Order: sequence, then C-alpha cells, then structure tokens
Amino acid sequence: MDTLKHVINVLSAPQVSFLAAAIAFFFVFPPTDRFQSWNRRLRLDWLWTVKGGILLHALVIGAFFLSTLDPNFRAIVTKPDNVPIALLLFGTLFFLWLSMKQACDNDARLANDQKPNEYTDPSESKILVWPDLVYIELIAGILCMAALIFWSIALEAPLEEPANPTLSPNPAKAPWYFLGLQEMLVYFDPWLAGVVFPVIIIVGLMSLPYIDTEPGGSGYYSYSDRKLYVSLFMFGWLLLWVYLIIVGAFMRGPNWNFFGPYERWDLHKVVALTNINLSSLIWVKLLNQPLPDNIIIREMFGIAMLGFHFLVIPPLLAMTILKKFYARMGNVKYAVFMFLSMAAVSLPIKMFLRWTINLKYVVAIPGWFNL
Amino acid sequence: MAEEEKKDFWARFFGSYIWKSIFRVGIPRDRRGRLMQVLSNFFLHLHPVSLPKHAVKLKYTWCMGGLSFFLFIVLTFTGVLLMFYYRPTIEYAYNDVIDLRETTPMGIMREIHRWAAHLMVIAVWFHMFRVFMTGSYKAPREFNWCIGVVLLTFTLLLSFTGYLLPWDQLAIWAITVGSNMAAATPFVGQEGPGVALLSIGNVNLIGRTSDARFLLLGDTSIGAGALLRFYVFHCVFFPLIAVFFMVVHFWRVRKDGGISGPV
Repeated sequence: MDTLKHVINVLSAPQVSFLAAAIAFFFVFPPTDRFQSWNRRLRLDWLWTVKGGILLHALVIGAFFLSTLDPNFRAIVTKPDNVPIALLLFGTLFFLWLSMKQACDNDARLANDQKPNEYTDPSESKILVWPDLVYIELIAGILCMAALIFWSIALEAPLEEPANPTLSPNPAKAPWYFLGLQEMLVYFDPWLAGVVFPVIIIVGLMSLPYIDTEPGGSGYYSYSDRKLYVSLFMFGWLLLWVYLIIVGAFMRGPNWNFFGPYERWDLHKVVALTNINLSSLIWVKLLNQPLPDNIIIREMFGIAMLGFHFLVIPPLLAMTILKKFYARMGNVKYAVFMFLSMAAVSLPIKMFLRWTINLKYVVAIPGWFNL
Repeated sequence: MAEEEKKDFWARFFGSYIWKSIFRVGIPRDRRGRLMQVLSNFFLHLHPVSLPKHAVKLKYTWCMGGLSFFLFIVLTFTGVLLMFYYRPTIEYAYNDVIDLRETTPMGIMREIHRWAAHLMVIAVWFHMFRVFMTGSYKAPREFNWCIGVVLLTFTLLLSFTGYLLPWDQLAIWAITVGSNMAAATPFVGQEGPGVALLSIGNVNLIGRTSDARFLLLGDTSIGAGALLRFYVFHCVFFPLIAVFFMVVHFWRVRKDGGISGPV
C-alpha cells in the first residue's frame, strides 16, 4: 500500500502528470483528422458512451474516497475552502462527459445525414413558458436553495485567527479560483502571471467568436465539425485552468513546494533549486565565456527564441501544414489565432524547460522584461 | 353547501377589483391565457412566450445560466442582511463576523453567502462551458458571448473582494497574494516593468503611494483603507456594474434570436 502511495506521489508531480496529460490530451480530444483517426483506432471515443461514463466516474469517485482513508490526503481535501474545488472537479468530469456524449451522438447523426438531437421540426408546436419552463425554474431554485442550506448547516465557513500583517502563513494562497495564476508565478514573473495572462485570457475568450466564424455547429453539441476549436478550448480549460487549480490547491504546501497527494506537508522539505538564465546557460556553460556587458548581445539568444516562437513559427505553419486554414482565415484572424495559441503553448514549454534544464528566464533584462 | 361557499370565495377573490388591478389577465386556463400570463408579467417578460422543445431540456442547458442568476439573487439578499451586522473597520470586522453565529438565523447566514459565492463561480464557469460546447457563441450571438466574459470577470472580482471582509489570516494573505500582482502591472505598478520610463527628470510618476496597488488598497499594504475599499467595491460598485451587464446580457439573449438551437 505504501509503495503504491509512493508511486502515486511521484507520478502526480507536475513534471510527470502534466506532461502525460498534455500528450494524452490530443488523443482524447483530437484537434485534427489525423489525431481523430488515432483516437478511433485506440477506441478512446468509448469514454463518451454510457458504459465509459460509468467507468470514468466510478474510477474517479472510487479513487477519491479510497484516498480519503489516507490521513495526509484527508487533511488537505477536507479544509472547508477546498470543498468547492472537489465540487468543481466532479462537476467538470460529469459535464465534460455529458457534453461529449451528446456531441458524439450528434456527430453520428450528422454523419448519417440526420438532424442533431436538439432539432425540432418547425411544424411541431412549441412549449409554453407558462407553466413548463417556470416550473422547471422554480424546482431548480428550490433544489439549489435546499442544497445550499444543507451545505451551510453541515459545514461551517472557514474563519482563521484574526488578521495579523506580521505573521504570514506558509503557504499563503490566493482564493482557489486564482490558484492557476498563482501556480504560474512559479514559472513567470508577477507582471506576466498576474496581469498579462489574465488579460490575454479575457481578450482571448472575447475574440473567440470573431476567430471561429465557421457557420456550422451552432445550437447543438458536436465535436467532429469543430474539433480544432473544441480541442484548443478544452486544452486551456482543463489543463491550464482546472488542472493547475487542483495542483495549486491540493499539492502545493509550505514554501510552495510540491507535495504528492499522500505526502505530509513538511515545513522543512528542502528542494534544491538553482535556476539559471538562458544567457548564462549559453554564454558561460556552453561557450565558456563571461557574460557580455551589452544587454542586447547578452540576451540575443533568448530574444531570437521568442522571435522564432511568435514571429517565425506562425508564418511557417501558414506556408506548410496550415495552408488551407490560413487561406480560409485571412491575415488578421490567423495572426490573432496564432498569437493566442502560441501564448497558450508557451506556458507548458516554459514549465518543461524549468523541469529539465532549470531555466529561469529566457530573456532577462532586470526591471524591464523578464520572461 | 360549504364547498360551494368556498368556491364562491375564491371566485370572488380572483374576480375582485384589487386582484384584477395587479394581475390583468385571469387564471390561465387555456393556451391563450398562458401566453397572456407571460406577456403581461414584468418578471416573466425576460422569457419568450414559447420555446422549442430542446430549450427546456436539462441535458441541453444544464440550468447553469439560470442558476448563476439565482445564486446572484441569493447572494444579494443574504449580502444585504449581512450588512446590518458587519462594520468594515479593523476594530470590528473580525468580531462582527464571529458574532454572526449568534445574530443570524441558525447562524448560517454567512455560510449561505460564502458557499453560494463559490457555487456561483462554478456555475458561471459551467455555463460558459455549455455555451462553448453547443457553439452558441457563433453568429448572431458573438457580442453576447463577450458580455458573458465581462460578467465572468465581475463574478470573480466580486468573490475576490468579498474574500477580504472576514479580516482573518486567510483573508488578508489571500488578498496580499492577489494585490501584489497589481503592484507588478507594467507601467502603472511600482514593481512592474517600464515604471522607470514614467518619470520627469529624477521624479518618478509611479511610486509606492501612486501605483495600481495603492489605488486598489488605499495604502501601500493591506489595512483599514483596503478593508473599506473592498467593502465598497464588494457591496456597491461591482454589483451595480454586474447588474448593468446582466440586464444587457439577458436582453441580448432575446434579441439575438432566443436560446440557441440547430437550424
């Protein structure tokens, strides 16, 4: 049992779990036809059947309740403010399954030249709001209120010691819905994690309907016809938001060190971290030279890398594998789409570089631009 | 005899001058009456009179948009009640929150408020997820999706500003983490990149007492000023703006063709 727990602790470290999830992700949520044929060959679409759903939920719920037998796991999960995260976790799983199941059903219908399940023949009479919808709203409201009252009686809202500005807790955590951003603080400076990323998320979400202007797929669940956008949205929502919240809430202990789900939050856990900038890595370690005094020359490799990432890769893709896509999108839409996608991809890349070569900054110009 | 009298009473009640002045149309007994019921009621005028079949199915909408709004109402109601007992000053705030256990019915008013707030954040996320998965952001609903994103932001801001009010360790340190990020805003945050650019001669325009964090906290660190600001943001400013966007959001749902559905 302890060995199993130890194995899970090791596997759940973001170095392993995030990478595995990121790779598996594109097979489960295929963005292109090629990935979709892999998805079908591996029979992964079975997850979105009733049987698959039952298995999925049984596994997650079973693992969760088995884990609560472990005192360390229980101590973290039952913190009152962590209850909503457990709720978010199960809710996300359920609604993910529910939407994907309906999407798969509709995909099959559309492939057979049938209308989607949501379709109502115009000749059929419509449903009256009074009483049919008003009843549903009433019942939903009552159930919601009953659940809230029950929850409130069962669980006291957390209240800790009175505020004391001289005594900072370890770890000090942001409210749970911002933990993804706080997790980003490990890899990026505060102005990026706390200001630029939220702005990109908000602007990116708002620009979605102006980028994805494909006419079909509105008003019913579907996947195949919209797979690129659904896959990218899921990547952001499931991996870069929900996953990072779970890591931030359950697996980040004192000094923001990583702790496996069954590990005790040890204040004295020491993680040796000697992060190094790309400039020192290349000039000092690789070329055996002192760091140049001129900042631009010192940082040229990092600037070149950034330029390559944001300015060279998108046109290259437009000329090669995304040729048709680019022709359909036009310049502006393609540029915005690519900027958002490359920005989203840059997070996992920086995380990966940190884990493998302890990279601190790609470009480090103190007081100006640390990335 | 008694039965008849009873029937007579209700008939007279619903037929009375006062009742009819409030509800212009009588008890709906047929299709026309039901249509008129929705058309003549202020609270129901958000809805169309009739809907396609899929629109009332739980597995299509998940009820999440409606629940978000319902939770907002619950939060407004419990929030106003909590304002009677809570004073946003460093001397009183924490003790007032403790006293809520005794002063509110069953001692759970704060619990309902807090759990409903968490639930609303989750409900708004799931609502967005549903709208995305059904492709409902597509034409002609592009702009309403944007308003939805604004509402999502305000939901998070409302929850975030409320987090400070209990004035316990959990509160001030969570807000410290959050507000330190404001200090790192490019150009307008004291620790952010580009601040050095904004100076006249040797005088910096952005300093500890004139940056984005100072605007948020009313001070260089979290104290009395921050508590009062967050209280006003939380109870007045953000709810007002959120309500404004909600009104537009609901109106646009109707004007952009009602609930989405396949054509």
